[in-house]
Amino acid sequence: MNPEKEAVVVAETQADPIVLPPRRHVGMRTKNRIGNTLIYILLILMSIVWLFPFVCIILQSFRIESTMMTGYIIPKEWGFDNYVNLFTTTNFPRWLLNTLIISLATAVLQSVMILCMSYTLSRLRFNGRTFLMRFMLVLGMFPGMLTMIILYRVLADMNMTQQNSIPGLILVYVASSGMGYYISKGFFDTIPKSLDEAARVDGATRAQVLFKVILPLSKPIVIYTILTAFMGPWGDFVFAAYVAFNNREGMNVAVGLQSMINTPSGINANYTMFCAGGVVVAIPITLLFLFLQKYYVEGVTGGAVKG
Amino acid sequence: MEKYVGLEYLKLNKFQRFLYKFTHFFLGIPDWFKNIGLAIGHFFQKFGLAVKNEVIDLIETFRKGDWKTRVSYVVMGFGNLFRGQIGRGILFLAFEALFLFYMIFWGGSWIGQMGTLGTMGPEKIYDPVYDTYITVYHDNSFKILLYSVLSLFFIIGFIYTWRLNIKQAKISQQLALEGKHLTTGKEDLRSFADDQFHKTLLALPTIGILVFTVMPIIFMILVAFTNYNGALNNGYSNNLFTWVGWDNFNTIFNWQVGGTGYSAAFGEILAWTIMWAFFATFSNYFLGMLVAIMINKKGIKLKKVWRTILVLTIAIPQFISLLYVSRMFANNGIVLTWLRNAGMVSDTFTFFGLNTDPSVPRWVAIMVPRLTVIVINIWIGIPYLMLIATGILMNIPADLYESAKIDGASSWQQYTRITLPYMLFVTGPYLLTSFIGNMNNFNVIFLLTGGAPDNPAASGASGSVGYTDLLITWLYKITTGAQSEYYMASVIGILVFVVISVISLVVYNLMPSTKNEEDYQ
Repeated sequence: MNPEKEAVVVAETQADPIVLPPRRHVGMRTKNRIGNTLIYILLILMSIVWLFPFVCIILQSFRIESTMMTGYIIPKEWGFDNYVNLFTTTNFPRWLLNTLIISLATAVLQSVMILCMSYTLSRLRFNGRTFLMRFMLVLGMFPGMLTMIILYRVLADMNMTQQNSIPGLILVYVASSGMGYYISKGFFDTIPKSLDEAARVDGATRAQVLFKVILPLSKPIVIYTILTAFMGPWGDFVFAAYVAFNNREGMNVAVGLQSMINTPSGINANYTMFCAGGVVVAIPITLLFLFLQKYYVEGVTGGAVKG
Repeated sequence: MEKYVGLEYLKLNKFQRFLYKFTHFFLGIPDWFKNIGLAIGHFFQKFGLAVKNEVIDLIETFRKGDWKTRVSYVVMGFGNLFRGQIGRGILFLAFEALFLFYMIFWGGSWIGQMGTLGTMGPEKIYDPVYDTYITVYHDNSFKILLYSVLSLFFIIGFIYTWRLNIKQAKISQQLALEGKHLTTGKEDLRSFADDQFHKTLLALPTIGILVFTVMPIIFMILVAFTNYNGALNNGYSNNLFTWVGWDNFNTIFNWQVGGTGYSAAFGEILAWTIMWAFFATFSNYFLGMLVAIMINKKGIKLKKVWRTILVLTIAIPQFISLLYVSRMFANNGIVLTWLRNAGMVSDTFTFFGLNTDPSVPRWVAIMVPRLTVIVINIWIGIPYLMLIATGILMNIPADLYESAKIDGASSWQQYTRITLPYMLFVTGPYLLTSFIGNMNNFNVIFLLTGGAPDNPAASGASGSVGYTDLLITWLYKITTGAQSEYYMASVIGILVFVVISVISLVVYNLMPSTKNEEDYQ
């Protein structure tokens, strides 16, 4: 079985209907047409609701007559002032750079951690395997926020907070990421065991089985893992805020943009700039996501079905 | 109540069946606790047995061992070293040296101070050279607790390694006695890519989890029994705290009528957290499924477009969309301005605040912000469910619908008898995880409302409790607030763990997917 092909098949079958064709007589057909029209109306309404905030944010980022929140959407004067101000008068370039470094490093390291963990739990049998899985399940029930306090203190001790928050944040994002192995383990579980066995009979070591047999088959899950690992820190707020601790040099975009509008006076002065920042941050990640959407859909669907 | 099997159960009518299931659910509760108790007892029994076996093996090995093996009991790696397995021997020896070095110079004193967590606070000492007073820091409770936990970890690791060393000495003695080949360092290294490959792969992730999750959790559990308070701790290092036993738990459970302290706050927030998790999970679930069915209906065109529009909410980072939406619904935001201009709401109405109009009943005023966050959460959550449901709906065998149609089932009947049971069966575990995820859904609440509006019934507790606060946002607000009562945050964290594990256990026992796995196969 070729997962790549399977992915294509999944993507294609999604366009297929699940409801069977109605029997051919006129009453049914008119009923169907009314139903479809209703559905179209609902879908269009939904699309408006879903797109409305994004359209607003884009429109307001071009407004120059006032930086405050206003009761109207369409700007009276258009211009790129907010974008220019964002890059020249605030620390936004620094935040963007911080976020980019953190996200790239995390994407690589976290994927390695998750794939190591899930591959081992899925395809190798050893003492303590079930114990490890149960242990991680129980650990996952503790709120992660609880560990923040001590991690902040430890990072502060190692001088990895405030303006030096980048290595600290990477360390925290990566270190415990092995616990998020569920979805990729579900994927590895579906690869037939006979492939491993055949390679082993031919004299391959377990490492060779991983690198030469399984990994080439696992492109969809590798992409999914890297994509989610990249998007996590790109939008992370809580821990980044904790570690940066109000230091404007050490913030990521989420914390930085939030700090612009977390006070009433901040909203009045920076609201349109915040919109511009949101657009700048959202565009690359949205494009990347839409480009790799197929893999994401597969990961989410598979993960939910396998539980 | 007797248990019905097969036909007896089928003979009951709908109401009787419901009653039967309902009573059996509650009658089953003592059994679960019994089973949990048994499982725990079983675990300790097994653990005790394992320890006993280890001790017996240790004594046996010592009795039968030659002098090289016996020296290994004191000097680790000796048995390996003098039988030619230099690499292993040196590693063992180096580990022992490191351990002893650490324990003598640091670890011992940290653990020694664990009982009191330090006794000497900072003091001001007159400095005659500069003619001023300078502060001299002595004990630091945070460091004492942290490093003693680390030292305990190290001790456990050492005991494990020591045991491993004796096992290795025994094996190499046996192999040497039988004249068999002892593995060389090179072969050992090679086995890490083959027979021991799992150790290579797991080394980094498990060490990361141990240091960055297990250790902090143990530390925070210990903090729940202290009075560690960040407010006194300006500039990180001058504060002493100490053990207080169960006092902090008493604070939470000591409920009084009309109280506004921690116990009142905890009750209020826990109730809302569970309510929120329930509505957030199921509203998303059913609406998401509905949207998926609509988009996938035959004859609907532009399926990809509808799907992509919804998926945009997943792609755009939540902090942007949520912060923006929260401003849209805020007091002078677009939505409220429009509604006011259209005369649809009164001037005192706000989405994230309490309606100040005295004619509005209080419970209505409270429900408004809560309902708002649930509705906005639907906006966030439907796309995920749409994707998941689409994938699952594809897998329902088409002949089920075919035969249902022939039997004259309406589309509503097809939905309730085929689609819904199948979905519920397949997504049972997902529903559980998403319920728990929603209980800890920090982002949505914090970025939308920050917990507002304030709840006067819980004004005595720190963290400025609000009506939309979840336990997790409350915990965050406590630790970042002016008081920084870390001990209370730890207690709440532990209670969140307890609540979640109880819910998981109960639901897991009820879930059909875990009982009748082959039902839909």
